[in-house]
Amino acid sequence: MTSKMILEVKDFSLGYTAANNQLVSVLRNVSLQIKKGEAIGLVGESGCGKSTLALAMMAFLRSGSQVQSGEIRYHGDNLFEKSEKKLAKLRGGMIGLIPQNAGQSLTPTMKIRAQLFEALQLHSDVPRNQWQQRAIELLKQVRLPAPEAMLDRYPHQLSGGQQQRVAIAMALAGSPDLLVLDEPTTGLDVTTQAHILELLGNLRAELGMTMVFVSHDLGAVARISDRIAVMYAGEIIELGSCADVLRTPAHPYTRGLLGSIPRLDQTGLPPSLPGYPPKVGSVKQGCAFAPRCKHAKEHCVSANAPVIARDSHQVRCHLADELPDTGSNVTVLKPVPRTTDEALLDIQKLQISYHKPGLWEQLRGTEPPVATVDDIDLLLKRGETLALVGESGSGKSTIMRSISGIQPPRQGKIKLLNESLNEPVEKRDSQLKRRVQMIFQNPDASLNPRHTVAEILQQPLKLYYGLDVQACRQRAAELLNLVRLAPHYLDRMPGQLSGGEKQRVAIARCFAGDPELILCDEVTSALDVSVQAAVLKLLKELQQDKGVTYLFIAHDLAVVKAIADQVAVLYQGRLCQVGPVDEVFNGYHHPYTQALLNAVLEPDPDHVPQLSGDDASEQHPPAQGCAYQRRCPMATRMCAEWTPPWQEDGHNHIRCHYTLRELERGDEEAQLIRFANA
Amino acid sequence: MTAITANTTLPEVQKQSRWKQVWKNMRRSPAGMIGLFVLCAHLIIAVLAPYIAPHDWTLQNGYIMLQAPSTEYWFGTDNMGRDLFSRTLMGGREAIMVTLLGTLLAIVWGGLAGITLGFVGGKVDEWLMRIVDALLAIPWLLFLLLIIALTGQQSWTLILTLGFFYGIAVIRVVRGATLEYVPRDFVVAAKTRGESRLTIVVKELLPNVLDALLVEAAMRWAWMLLAFSSLSFLGFGVVPPTPDWGLMIADTRGMISIAPWAVMFPALALSTLIISINLTADSFAKAIGLDRAKAPV
Repeated sequence: MTSKMILEVKDFSLGYTAANNQLVSVLRNVSLQIKKGEAIGLVGESGCGKSTLALAMMAFLRSGSQVQSGEIRYHGDNLFEKSEKKLAKLRGGMIGLIPQNAGQSLTPTMKIRAQLFEALQLHSDVPRNQWQQRAIELLKQVRLPAPEAMLDRYPHQLSGGQQQRVAIAMALAGSPDLLVLDEPTTGLDVTTQAHILELLGNLRAELGMTMVFVSHDLGAVARISDRIAVMYAGEIIELGSCADVLRTPAHPYTRGLLGSIPRLDQTGLPPSLPGYPPKVGSVKQGCAFAPRCKHAKEHCVSANAPVIARDSHQVRCHLADELPDTGSNVTVLKPVPRTTDEALLDIQKLQISYHKPGLWEQLRGTEPPVATVDDIDLLLKRGETLALVGESGSGKSTIMRSISGIQPPRQGKIKLLNESLNEPVEKRDSQLKRRVQMIFQNPDASLNPRHTVAEILQQPLKLYYGLDVQACRQRAAELLNLVRLAPHYLDRMPGQLSGGEKQRVAIARCFAGDPELILCDEVTSALDVSVQAAVLKLLKELQQDKGVTYLFIAHDLAVVKAIADQVAVLYQGRLCQVGPVDEVFNGYHHPYTQALLNAVLEPDPDHVPQLSGDDASEQHPPAQGCAYQRRCPMATRMCAEWTPPWQEDGHNHIRCHYTLRELERGDEEAQLIRFANA
Repeated sequence: MTAITANTTLPEVQKQSRWKQVWKNMRRSPAGMIGLFVLCAHLIIAVLAPYIAPHDWTLQNGYIMLQAPSTEYWFGTDNMGRDLFSRTLMGGREAIMVTLLGTLLAIVWGGLAGITLGFVGGKVDEWLMRIVDALLAIPWLLFLLLIIALTGQQSWTLILTLGFFYGIAVIRVVRGATLEYVPRDFVVAAKTRGESRLTIVVKELLPNVLDALLVEAAMRWAWMLLAFSSLSFLGFGVVPPTPDWGLMIADTRGMISIAPWAVMFPALALSTLIISINLTADSFAKAIGLDRAKAPV
């Protein structure tokens, strides 16, 4: 039995000694056995110790932390008794790591060749004269096109997906038998993410590697894992096969987490998981989840939860046997839309270009390069939510920058009721500025780290209303109340807040000016799923209270489905499809919309995303014809030459040369071909 | 909503001001604490010197020229029979005053110019930075001598010229620090809100580059003290008979073999002050999470 175990974590606790000489545990009595060839997923909210455990599996401790009890055995040897030298050989060699952000983990000044050679030199026995050949093999193994040419590139010349593939190739250089993946697909586009997961699954089948997969995305974990370990406050609270954990979750936390994920087959907002994970080391006794658990009883708080095992499915919960069956407690919120017929934002023939013609070009009158965003017509009614959907580089943010006045359009009109938004922000009058506000993707970056929450909220109040300090503070407290934060948050710094709280402050700041149009730039993509659900709910409630209009950018289609009324699908700065949510998702699809929908991951072990084409991103939009011509599986010569016409089905507008009937058949054919290939 | 009510029951996050944390970090570095102690001692002595000096620091006495240190004259006497202890106590006053004001001027003008250039960017930034490069190429010591020759030897000319030239070097550093923050979302947020440029520079950017600026100030101060002493050494700093360390070293350096104390004590005072500033700045930089290379300009 033990011979098959590749890694054994036995009663492992890890922590550090705080300033007052108290022991603080980051991981508490974790036990986990990983069999050879198995893929195990570690999931949980941020700050629950997933990455710490994954790094400890490579005997890597963050500085200052120490092993408090237990051991981790790799092939039967305790990792923490090995010498530094042996560990250095092990890491990157037998135990490979694929980090979260490949773009940052590759050295920017070294070519891919040099980085791969370095990995081969350190971690393999391949003789020097065969490095080139082996490097090409590795790049082929991770399905990179033209591997010879790839070797001579620098990391910044590759797309995010390609960088991640190179990082995987580097990890494979040492022919590891255990691969630790720390959020390998977070921050990638849906399509790219699906491709990378597919690749990892294939590699595992080919090479028989054991994988430890850390992610907060249950959809990604479902795709690749045999077993799932759910972590909370440094403990494994549920462990079982992928299907068991996802279908019949036993712990209330797992249920809450699964429930808060928006899904394509549901309408309305998912329920959020109340509260936040406890601070590291703050839980000494009792079930760590008790303060957030709606089933919690007295003994949950006073006594440590026992591990209850049913076959191979373990749960750390007092109430595991008493809880009602799953499914009954998932209640979806369906807010009533309060739209009016008044057109608030009207965009006509919008064209935006980052190219600034120099003096010489102006004199010679050279043709400017193809505009980044072109031919955008959108109409947004007051009280509605319009979502812009597309991969990164599709021009979503550019359109938003143009509306907010940072990047004025080259041609076309943007109108808010009767006033023009074509002017850059400095030239707009203060009333107009007040009426258009923006919420950013990452609250870490959008809040000044040196300001208190009060100072942050004060700025728009001073700017738009000229309030004095005392009135500002009063109003700021009201704004915090609006986003469900208590007034004592006023004197905190952003660094002392959690991600969800920071985003709430950012939302409060945006509402300070009492705006009419709010631009939301991927507002939930930097947040945990449980927090995402709460923020989406808050935005929806505020919309109903205040009657504001949202222009929403998202790459997660399930989020879009949950919050938006209208959807506009963009590719390379050109519209592909526009229409009401239901019709776009359930009616006819543009081939690109179809590709996006197919790539969506669901927290369901049987859900297989379907991939079409490749995930190579394009640098420039094509000069003529359909924007999607290069990646479209159905493209013909006509697509390359003529701009496709708009086709209508009710309110659903699709821009394609194929007729709607043909599009529908095309989908089926493409699927048939895929099934035949599989 | 329940999301927050659960959180309010958590223990209050310890409210610890940033500067308290910096002070705690600094206390961990022995070198920094020694530096800070010596620096404070120097400042206190400079303020109290006229009251604690045992002898008149300008009184010449032909009978006691070049006496070795004794119980009466602790540091001995110089070639004009003046008490070196009193002169050393007094010798830092002018230098510290001029360089402190000069540093302040350099930091204020260099800092504001640097942040503004970094924020404005584009062609304006590019052209003005070339001018800054050109100004950096001017040998400031010669330029200073020229100005002194034209306007006479006055403290405020020294302050203005030193402040101006040292401010140019500050521009580069602060502009570099600002560039890191300009593309951040909170600056973009302020722009989309329609804040004025001045507000963005003062309210959004300045608090973030303040650390860099403070460290830079300490470094500049040390360098400026050296510069001031060089000037005095050349005879352009302080008007005799007012004592100044640089001047004292210059006057007595010829007699170093017969009266080493006359050179040693002012040199010791000068070097301890500069070292203490450097040590303090170093540990301060580390304490606030900054450790930039100190480039002499």
